[in-house]
Amino acid sequence: MTRAVTFFIMLAFWVTLSGMFDVFHLGLGVLCCLFLAFFSSRLLFPEDTLPLRLRQVWGMMLYLPWLMKEIFIASFQVSYLTVSPKMQDLIQPQLIRFRTRLKTPFARVTFAQSITLTPGTITVSVIDDEFTVYALTDKAAQSLPGEMERRIAHALGMD
Amino acid sequence: MIINGIIVFLLYLALVIFATGTAGILRFPDFYSRLHAAGKCDTMAAILALSSIALYHLSENPDLGGVLVALKILLILVFVFISSPTATHAISQAALIIGVEPWGREKK
Repeated sequence: MTRAVTFFIMLAFWVTLSGMFDVFHLGLGVLCCLFLAFFSSRLLFPEDTLPLRLRQVWGMMLYLPWLMKEIFIASFQVSYLTVSPKMQDLIQPQLIRFRTRLKTPFARVTFAQSITLTPGTITVSVIDDEFTVYALTDKAAQSLPGEMERRIAHALGMD
Repeated sequence: MIINGIIVFLLYLALVIFATGTAGILRFPDFYSRLHAAGKCDTMAAILALSSIALYHLSENPDLGGVLVALKILLILVFVFISSPTATHAISQAALIIGVEPWGREKK
């Protein structure tokens, strides 16, 4: 089952990248994908975590539109700050530290990347469950970890 | 014609965001906030520019080949989306390790 799913994912990737639909190229693709799916399906889904992974993919699909919206808002806020003549009075740069309740490395990476992409914050370092985040304004600093952590925990099936 | 309007709008929006991002690199007071402008604005602008290119290609070639090229452009977008915050994070962590302090006002 794991191998079959790996095979179809890789075949879809092959077809997208090759763009050839004759027998020779498709046959090569099928052969390569069979070979890879047989030997290295464990890279994509380690230790039979397939049902969980598929549910997580679905969760991420629901999470991404929200993240896109946040990125939109973030870039406009940063753009506004950049062009504002009183910029130095509007920003309060600071480093903040907090602990996260997300357990798995994948969830922590997702969280760190999302923080970097959204309003006024960059993840500076992650050591175990302690995040160090640089915030551009007080408002951005107060919004962490908050809603984003909750949404990621929900998307990855951890609440 | 509406589709052309959308494409031009997205491209101009991307240009404006790129421009403000560049201005941000020059204007912000300390290392981290400059990084901030570079990381965020570039991601957003790349998303807008690449989606307008994908749309343009789709509107010019509305066949299977066009769809495949558009999918490849979207794939670039996915990689930008993953790599840009990673790079920002790596650079800022290096700065933290060598002890770069965030900018503060004199009174602090």
